Amino acid sequence: MPELHSTAYDSKIEGNVIFTRFDAALNWVQKNSLWPMPMGLACCAIELMATAASRFDIARFGAEVMRFSPRQCDVMIVAGTVTYKMALAVKRIYEQMPEPKWVIAMGACASTGGMYRSYAVLQGIDQLLPVDVYVSGCPPRPEALLAGLMKLQEKISREHSFAKQKPELVEKLEEALS
Amino acid sequence: MTRETAFALLNRLFGEKIQSKTEFRGETTYTIAASDLREIAKRCRDELSFDYLLDITSIDNFGEEPRFEIVYELYSMPHAAHLRLKLRISEDFGEVDTVSDIWPTANWHEREIYDMMGIKFKGHPDLRRILMWDGYPFFPLRKDFPLEGLPSDMPDVAFTKVTSMEGGPFVTKPSTATAKDREPRAHPPQL
Repeated sequence: MPELHSTAYDSKIEGNVIFTRFDAALNWVQKNSLWPMPMGLACCAIELMATAASRFDIARFGAEVMRFSPRQCDVMIVAGTVTYKMALAVKRIYEQMPEPKWVIAMGACASTGGMYRSYAVLQGIDQLLPVDVYVSGCPPRPEALLAGLMKLQEKISREHSFAKQKPELVEKLEEALS
Repeated sequence: MTRETAFALLNRLFGEKIQSKTEFRGETTYTIAASDLREIAKRCRDELSFDYLLDITSIDNFGEEPRFEIVYELYSMPHAAHLRLKLRISEDFGEVDTVSDIWPTANWHEREIYDMMGIKFKGHPDLRRILMWDGYPFFPLRKDFPLEGLPSDMPDVAFTKVTSMEGGPFVTKPSTATAKDREPRAHPPQL
């Protein structure tokens, strides 16, 4: 019988130590505290408000902190018809958001222009911004927006956040390790 | 003064200035000359108590002469009566007199007509575009303006592109094909 040693065991820290990848921890933090930029441009904004209200309660997914300053936002929810007159303003607000940032195109209009195939409406916000999640519907139900948000969370959890955000540090580490 | 006497008085006041009169289901429409507009509008407001201007719209009868029509929808609170005044003006008529000093609400209506149809109003205090941005080069509600739009660009302000209509603005082709084939995307994904 080999003798068992319990020297590595310390009851004071037992249960308080988790081993994980740095990326996984970072992604977990990011995806559960997505602060939305409510880019409400048309009727989809009403459903966006309903999503934030008590019945659907977007706070269950950590995204209840609607910020009206782009500097404090992580995800822009483009909710509504983007007219050409508004398009560059939307782009500018997106550019003011700090990295990392994501975009949800909520509803038919924000995704493709919807029923407004006319001279005045941008045919999908993806012509100006990199859209991560498209939510179908006219307007989408709050459940659909929540599903879109969960899709975005899935997407974030697969990201290589550390390498994406600190490429020069990763390079240095790889040099040091090789 | 009742509604009937108001209309009778109107006929008497403007008898020779009325080009045509139409009655349809209780709606009265007078066609008048653009040069008489201000005088008639003022007397309608002051003497006949048409104190409320509901709307001003414009019509483009493209291919006809005169090309444009401007329609004034008046309402009288005391008589509970509607009155419609129409002007017919050709494209090279120039500027139509403003009524924004008679009914202040006309201010924005006239701006919208200028924005969408390109008809200018003489004496308007602030004739800027109201829906499109300053510098947009077209008048989009004219019949010779394509529904899908024309490209325009004002760097840092706004731009427009031609929209793909794919056979019509709101067409779906009846078939059992998938929605993707029935309603082609305005901008197919680049593969």
